Amino acid sequence: MTIDARGATAVAIADKVRAGTWLARDVVEHYLDRIARLDGALGCYLLVDADGARRRADAVDAVRKAGRDPGALAGVPLGIKDIFCTRGVETTCASAILRGFKPPYESTATARLAAAGGVMLGKLNMDEFAMGSSNENSSVKPVRNPWSVAHVPGGSSGGSAASVAASLCAGSIGTDTGGSIRQPAALCGVVGVKPTYGLVSRYGVIAFASSLDHPGPFGRTVEDAAALLEAMAGPDPLDATSIPQPVGAYREAARAGRTGATPLAGVRLGVPDEYFQAGMDPEVEAAVRAALDELARAGAKLVKVSLPNTKYAIATYYLICTAEASSNLARYDGVKYGHRAAGVSSLEDLYTKTRGEGFGAEPKRRIMLGAYVLRAGYYEAYYGKALRARRKLADDFSAAFAACDAIVTPTSPVPAFKFGERMGDPLQMYLADVLTVAPNLAGVPAVSQPCGFTKSGLPIGLQTIGPTLGEEICFRVASAYEARTDWHTRRPPEAS
Amino acid sequence: MSRITADEVRELALLARLRLSDDEVARMTGDLGAILEYVDALSALDTNDVEPMTHAVPFDCPERPDETRPSLPLDEALANAPRRDGDFFQVPRIVPGPGGAGGAEDGS
Repeated sequence: MTIDARGATAVAIADKVRAGTWLARDVVEHYLDRIARLDGALGCYLLVDADGARRRADAVDAVRKAGRDPGALAGVPLGIKDIFCTRGVETTCASAILRGFKPPYESTATARLAAAGGVMLGKLNMDEFAMGSSNENSSVKPVRNPWSVAHVPGGSSGGSAASVAASLCAGSIGTDTGGSIRQPAALCGVVGVKPTYGLVSRYGVIAFASSLDHPGPFGRTVEDAAALLEAMAGPDPLDATSIPQPVGAYREAARAGRTGATPLAGVRLGVPDEYFQAGMDPEVEAAVRAALDELARAGAKLVKVSLPNTKYAIATYYLICTAEASSNLARYDGVKYGHRAAGVSSLEDLYTKTRGEGFGAEPKRRIMLGAYVLRAGYYEAYYGKALRARRKLADDFSAAFAACDAIVTPTSPVPAFKFGERMGDPLQMYLADVLTVAPNLAGVPAVSQPCGFTKSGLPIGLQTIGPTLGEEICFRVASAYEARTDWHTRRPPEAS
Repeated sequence: MSRITADEVRELALLARLRLSDDEVARMTGDLGAILEYVDALSALDTNDVEPMTHAVPFDCPERPDETRPSLPLDEALANAPRRDGDFFQVPRIVPGPGGAGGAEDGS
């Protein structure tokens, strides 16, 4: 039996482990060996839990040997963004202020993946507290793009995207507050899914902006991502904002997308002009236009739609997310867990010194901006205004979905940029999210998948946005495109 | 010129319990000024008669039975505390006690 991480999909691994063709333990050893050899150059993992992974794999094999079904993700080696609390395994959000924190409980998302037989390999690098679009804000080390190590992988879930692209796990999970799953998926050439708000529980997910945080999966194929989402999703009594709806048939939707010559017959796909504005890289635009043609050949009808308030999305997003972040990050005070400053003279001194030492530049910037827009006297002009603008942006989607079943756009206006290129100017970094933030504000689902490469070999991403709880149509459209193209079968170069 | 002054940044940092160096204050003043200028574009958007949207999907606060359920064992809840004293998180003295004015932490 030969395990080929670069060729195997997550669902193929699960099938083989369930059938007893492969042992989960052997699969895990294969991936641990790859991480040991290859991750030094990429920086995807903050922590590799090799012994824990072996134990979990052995448990999966034991279940199968006992004649029981080890689950839909049996033996699938998974990478977990370091924002998900994992019981007894250090969880830091890539921040110095949480160094050493070992959560006393497990997030619902990771618990459900494990219950389905998934095997966590370790914790993945990210921008500190999920704040960033390039992974340069990790307090530990940057993640490098497997397609070109001079380029960023995107962010904030850069480790989650790069580890899947480099086959250092068979699937991963991340969080998307303004594009943090889809943008790195686009820049690394993998599939990333931001589900409907509340479809995946936020219990045990370290909070950045609670009304915008969406946990979701990464996979190398649409069906892999669908399989992970099926395992993670569903109501959770531990998260009052989780949606009381049954989990959809996402894998079935993905399979329907590759069935027949015109799997999208009768599907209306909206194309908004506002997502093809000046400033877009011409190679990105050409690739996405070609993808639209391919979707039309798969039977879809392309219709023009308008999302007229798109130009207000970034301003709205940064007002709301910083306000929520400044509240959420108030809990890091040097008392309950994590970093505590030494040699302090008072409680106030303990707070200010601990936080001044423990937070990096971007969390500080967002705490300050959030505190500013929430101040008495400014609240209505900034935060109140943004909440009203958010309603208008959400209404744009409702109106558009009256005329179409899903909306197709580029994920990022540019391919991966170089390290340092945007770090000097926070506003330029914020604008990297210009095509991804609106679905977070509206809470609607969206999928990013590879749709081509630049001449220099960097991946390009295609975004499919669905209406609330429209994950199935997103998977069907994405899968139809995937079945007609081979971008998802390409692999980045690899040192031998 | 800028929407926010260095003094306002210092005051805000105190309210947010963040110690910033002088360099950080200077940089923060410039960064926040540029971002606030950018978000001012929102004032062009007419939001009269628009209800604020506080939640991404329609949401009713769900209720659950008010029942006693197990909580984290004390030792697990305190396991990550940088300093603990018995069953308590330890912080610098807040009010003056018999030992003096209090304040500074011993050790460290």
